[in-house]
Amino acid sequence: MNDVTGHLIIIFGVLFAFMTIAGGLIWVERRLLAMWQDRYGPNRVGPFGLFQVIADMVKIFAKEDWIPPFADKPVFVLAPVIIVLSALMSFTVLPLAPGVGVVDLNIGLLFFLAMSSLGVYSITLAGWASGSKYSLLGGLRAAAQMLSYEVFMGLSLMGVVMMAGSFNLGDIVEAQKGMWFCIPQFLGLAVFIISGVAETHRLPFDLPEAESELVAGFHAEYSGIKFGMFFVGEYLGITLISALIATLFFGGWLGPVFPPIVWFFIKTAVFICGFILLRASLPRPRYDQLMALGWKVMLPLSLANLMVTAAVLLATGK
Amino acid sequence: MATIFIDNKPYEVKEGQDLLQACLSLGFNVPYFCWHPAMHSVGACRQCAVKQYKDEADTRGKIVMSCMTPAADGTRISIDDPEAKAFRKGVIEWLMLNHPHDCPVCDEGGECHLQDMTVMTGHSYRRYRFKKRTYRNQYLGPFVNHEMDRCIQCYRCVRFYRDYAGGRDLNVFASHDHVYFGRHEDGILQSEFSGNLVEVCPTGVFTDKTLKKHYTRKWDLQTAPSVCVHCSLGCNTIPGERYGKLRRVSDRYNSEVNGYFLCDRGRFGYEFVNSGRRIPQVLVRPERNVDAIPVSREEVLEHISGVLHFGARVIGIGSPRASLEANFALRSLVGPENYYSGMSEKEHALISSIIKILEKGPARSASLNDVMKSDAVFVLGEDVLNTAPMLGLALRQSVRQRPMEAERRLKIPDWHDAAVRAAMQSERGPLFIATPAGTGIDDIAAGTFRGAPDDIARLGFAVAHELNNELPEVTGLSSKVHGLAKRIADELRNAGRPLIVSGTGCLSEAVIHAAANIAWALCEKGRKAQLCFAMPECNSVGLGFIGGSSIGMALKAADEGRVDAAIVLENDLYRRVDAAQLDRFFDKVKNVIVIDHVFTKTSAKADVILPAGSFAETTGTVINNEGRAQRFYQVFIPGLDIQESRQWLRDMMAASHIPLAGQWKTLDDITAAMTEAIPSLKQVREIAPGATYRETGMRVPRQPHRYSGRTAMFSHFLVHEPKPPEDTDAPFSFSMEGYEGRHPSPLIPRFWSPGWNSVQAVNKFQREINGPLRGGDTGKRLIEPGDIERPAYFTVVPAAFNVHDNEILVVPLYHIFGSEELSVISPGVAELSSKPYLALNPRGLKGTGTKEGEEIKLILNGRTYNLPVKFMSDLPDGVAGLPFGLPGSQWVELPAWGRVNPENADIVQ
Amino acid sequence: MLSLLKTMWTVFLHLFRRKITVSYPEEKPYVPPRWRGRIILSCDPDGGERCVACYLCAVACPVDCIALQAAEDEHGRRYPEFFRINFSRCIFCGFCEEACPAYAIQLTTDFEMGEYKRQNLVYEKEDLLISGPGKYPGYNFYRTAGLSIEGKDKGEAENELPPVDVRGIMP
Repeated sequence: MNDVTGHLIIIFGVLFAFMTIAGGLIWVERRLLAMWQDRYGPNRVGPFGLFQVIADMVKIFAKEDWIPPFADKPVFVLAPVIIVLSALMSFTVLPLAPGVGVVDLNIGLLFFLAMSSLGVYSITLAGWASGSKYSLLGGLRAAAQMLSYEVFMGLSLMGVVMMAGSFNLGDIVEAQKGMWFCIPQFLGLAVFIISGVAETHRLPFDLPEAESELVAGFHAEYSGIKFGMFFVGEYLGITLISALIATLFFGGWLGPVFPPIVWFFIKTAVFICGFILLRASLPRPRYDQLMALGWKVMLPLSLANLMVTAAVLLATGK
Repeated sequence: MATIFIDNKPYEVKEGQDLLQACLSLGFNVPYFCWHPAMHSVGACRQCAVKQYKDEADTRGKIVMSCMTPAADGTRISIDDPEAKAFRKGVIEWLMLNHPHDCPVCDEGGECHLQDMTVMTGHSYRRYRFKKRTYRNQYLGPFVNHEMDRCIQCYRCVRFYRDYAGGRDLNVFASHDHVYFGRHEDGILQSEFSGNLVEVCPTGVFTDKTLKKHYTRKWDLQTAPSVCVHCSLGCNTIPGERYGKLRRVSDRYNSEVNGYFLCDRGRFGYEFVNSGRRIPQVLVRPERNVDAIPVSREEVLEHISGVLHFGARVIGIGSPRASLEANFALRSLVGPENYYSGMSEKEHALISSIIKILEKGPARSASLNDVMKSDAVFVLGEDVLNTAPMLGLALRQSVRQRPMEAERRLKIPDWHDAAVRAAMQSERGPLFIATPAGTGIDDIAAGTFRGAPDDIARLGFAVAHELNNELPEVTGLSSKVHGLAKRIADELRNAGRPLIVSGTGCLSEAVIHAAANIAWALCEKGRKAQLCFAMPECNSVGLGFIGGSSIGMALKAADEGRVDAAIVLENDLYRRVDAAQLDRFFDKVKNVIVIDHVFTKTSAKADVILPAGSFAETTGTVINNEGRAQRFYQVFIPGLDIQESRQWLRDMMAASHIPLAGQWKTLDDITAAMTEAIPSLKQVREIAPGATYRETGMRVPRQPHRYSGRTAMFSHFLVHEPKPPEDTDAPFSFSMEGYEGRHPSPLIPRFWSPGWNSVQAVNKFQREINGPLRGGDTGKRLIEPGDIERPAYFTVVPAAFNVHDNEILVVPLYHIFGSEELSVISPGVAELSSKPYLALNPRGLKGTGTKEGEEIKLILNGRTYNLPVKFMSDLPDGVAGLPFGLPGSQWVELPAWGRVNPENADIVQ
Repeated sequence: MLSLLKTMWTVFLHLFRRKITVSYPEEKPYVPPRWRGRIILSCDPDGGERCVACYLCAVACPVDCIALQAAEDEHGRRYPEFFRINFSRCIFCGFCEEACPAYAIQLTTDFEMGEYKRQNLVYEKEDLLISGPGKYPGYNFYRTAGLSIEGKDKGEAENELPPVDVRGIMP
């Protein structure tokens, strides 16, 4: 009984925590972008404009939820659900602190990779089901981009796995007690960050939505709460990748003075801000540049990283 | 043709013109003030200066006034020469020395010839530092406003008023820079054409006083081509509307009809459209003698469909002041056998007779332009200045034709107005006037004759006999009259373009017959004689074409109990039939439906009153006295329940399930049906492009491109602008949207051209100055003379008029302001209309001590009228005059024998 | 690669820059006196309505948002019977002010005229009239124009001679 209650508390705690973070990110991103552009950003609703999120939520819930007559209705409705679900599922394997997590899965990392691959369906299906040219183009771009970057996202993490000797995220954190993997696995970290940005189709790799060329790409036809789900899905993705960077390369909950869970959230928050800084400063590449970077640079890099790590491990005999 | 060189380019121009006329005809912009296309050149203003060169080698040239220089073959001029330009700029600068700084509050602003010319010459800054001259203004009556400060001394006003229109009470006073144009004292301008001063004056000295009361700039007026409805001449007009009110009427040039001018009745009679006498909504009278109550459109149509049920005996009474289409719609609704023309028996007979004369006889009906060009005129029984005023103005020009020919022999060019008038002095061509009472153009007549209608007809027959011995001789004429007849016959015979003017004014068929006889006799002699008949109303001829019998027949049918319901279309029957007879008609007919735009005595009796659109709110066709069918277009959409008469009739057809209604979607459908049913109207389809006409896919805009306030005019009702209504009957739009450029002449909504904001812009629309509009003048003549060997002369000469002992013959007299039903509703016209009176010759009252203005008793057709006496010394003995149709008067069958103050037996000799 | 990082660093440093945002409405922005804001109708120095209903503002207006109707008092002085500006259409171009020969219509520095209902943006004459002469003190159209109105007869305007005596015989 206690066990079930405890689990439920953790499940809802995790759900609530990450949903709140994702929601709050709407405000955080707008404020940060504004600051970096010498503006203030939303500062009208509540203290520091914090309630802007609530206002936006109210607005997005109250908006007309319109399905275009030319859309493939069931798929159109299903698509935004998938992206939120797959992102939320990934959070289940994240250890927030020792023993604090929804499940302690020994193939945690593989589960995350599997779930993030599912996310591409959402976007491709949304682009297809919308029945409009721009959406379809967005969906197509998303499919190619995410499939490509998924490959070396997995590969970039294999160095970490080899060093920790486990797919279990908790074990990986524990394995960084001596040294955070960001140092030995520097290349892996770089590749993971880049492919993480591409996987969440965040700027500068937001080619599937690319406002200036595709209007809004795959979600051009979405409005109301369905659009809201894509929006939240994107922020969930950012949070997830940031949390994984913290877990896999920066020692997760490890840290002095503060309790472990605080360290985890501090580290996650820093990387989230990093994501936003990327958006604030870097321009969007052309689509062919994106693919070229992926296959011609990232793939060799991650393979090299894998081989060097393996060689070093063999040589040191660990 | 002559070749002239303008800035070294050769141009072909017509010979016998002045250079200004030639340049304007070619499309050049040469500024001018004193020149007017109808009044030609005097060379007073020095504004039209150009440089003339002797020959190709001449490089210095000399400044000449283009209006005073003939456009002879080989003339070389330069308009763009810097010296000529500087000269013109200087002239404007002088003219502007004293011109006040009040354009913003000047009614001429925005359509001011002076503004246009100032901009054209480039003058922009007043360098003169001294004070401006001012004048006191005068009160000139209800039509024209006076603001002398603005005057630039071009003399156009007096040249028009005195020389062209024959007025006497406007003149130029004082000298040097104190020259003053006005009357000798404040007072109402006497001329019937005073309103033209508004358009003749190049600036704002004379402005439209009726417009001033609801002032709107020209650029804000929604306009459409229209035709005047206040007499039978069908002058072309441009009515302008703003905020749902008709604001003014201005002239629409038509070289065959009215040219550049309008009479005051036509120009200022428009205000009935805005009057409180308009019927605003559908009214139904539950019972006779109770007030009518407003009901909705649907309710009334349901009520009407009950009245017009199958088997009901319904008659329709048409109207000579409604369009052809409305009358035809009525005829179709009730069936031709139940359609009555709505004219009194006499009127009906006269008009049928006139149409027959024009169609079957060899004499052509004359347009006003033809009248102006006639060189000998005989007016029989018509007081033209009062029944068809513009005809009087045209006759004033006709008397100049004969002396002009003499001057042509002296090599004085026609356009050299000052020289022509100086040479002509008071010489005039032959114009003979035979009427019961004096007329306003007697001053230019070579001979006048006053007599009872029968005597006028006898004079006519005598003239005809002089021309053709085979025609019946008139016996018992005095030697004086016989001599006059001989003189008239000689003058007509010697003329190149003789004209006989007559009309329905005398209400005498014999007069009309006499006129026809004279014209035909002249035609047989090989003269191009023309006939011009004045008629009572704007569509009298049209009604003659549509047919139907007179009102009398309708009354008879009702008396015999053969009528269940009557539909009266835009007609006040109390102006045409005896009141007692009509009252009986209304008692007999259970259901009377009146469609009209103003409340009348007839509508006061009606069971159902439907609000119709006035001429400014409808599109339709009318036929003028010449037989010219002309289209008038809807200017604006009326508010409330008002809709066009033919729409009401169509709705009635639909309500009573007459299948024809379904086919009548647009005006063109009705016109097509009408021309099919009445083949003589076939050409009506060709008078103007149909509703589907588009220029590069666009309609013709009713609003000028500078129209203001589009998004604010009605925003106080609703801030969202409604879509402008679409016109299904005409190719016009009710907005600024449409093609800005040259339109077919019947569709010209206003005269405007870049740089020419005033009415003078008309020169850009004419093929040549004083010529027809580009694309031809509007309207189609439906009556052309028959090709006959020998006309069917009239042989019945009436007996001579005998003065009765105790009785007096009462003949109708007409008033330009008052005798016409609609114009007199306008406040300005009403102000000038007289009260009913009885005109008597003071000779016949000698010894009775009756003074002018005293009320006396007139017994006529068994009824007694109390009327003030007015002395009219030129009435023939035994004849009295009773004004026709004045407000407050009753309809009386005229001419009729009456008795004056019967208790005083001496009163009539 | 390095340039990308440099860019990111530069952008990051903007966090500590002074913000250029003006926190309106707490902080009022500077509005130049010739600002083209809310349109008003001014009065002449004598307190009379300045507008002479010449229609020039209406015709100058590129969006046609001015509608009026001229009327005359018993002495012939022109004034607008109604004067309406539909501010939901106005683009504040100031052409009306330039066209006005009487300095009656003027644009002011007030721009705070938002409304929840569009209908409330339709201003009638009573909403537009102010009691002062606005930007142009001292000007009175009828003092320079030749027309006579109440209190100013012919020849009494600036730079005018007394009316001509038409019956005079002096050369």
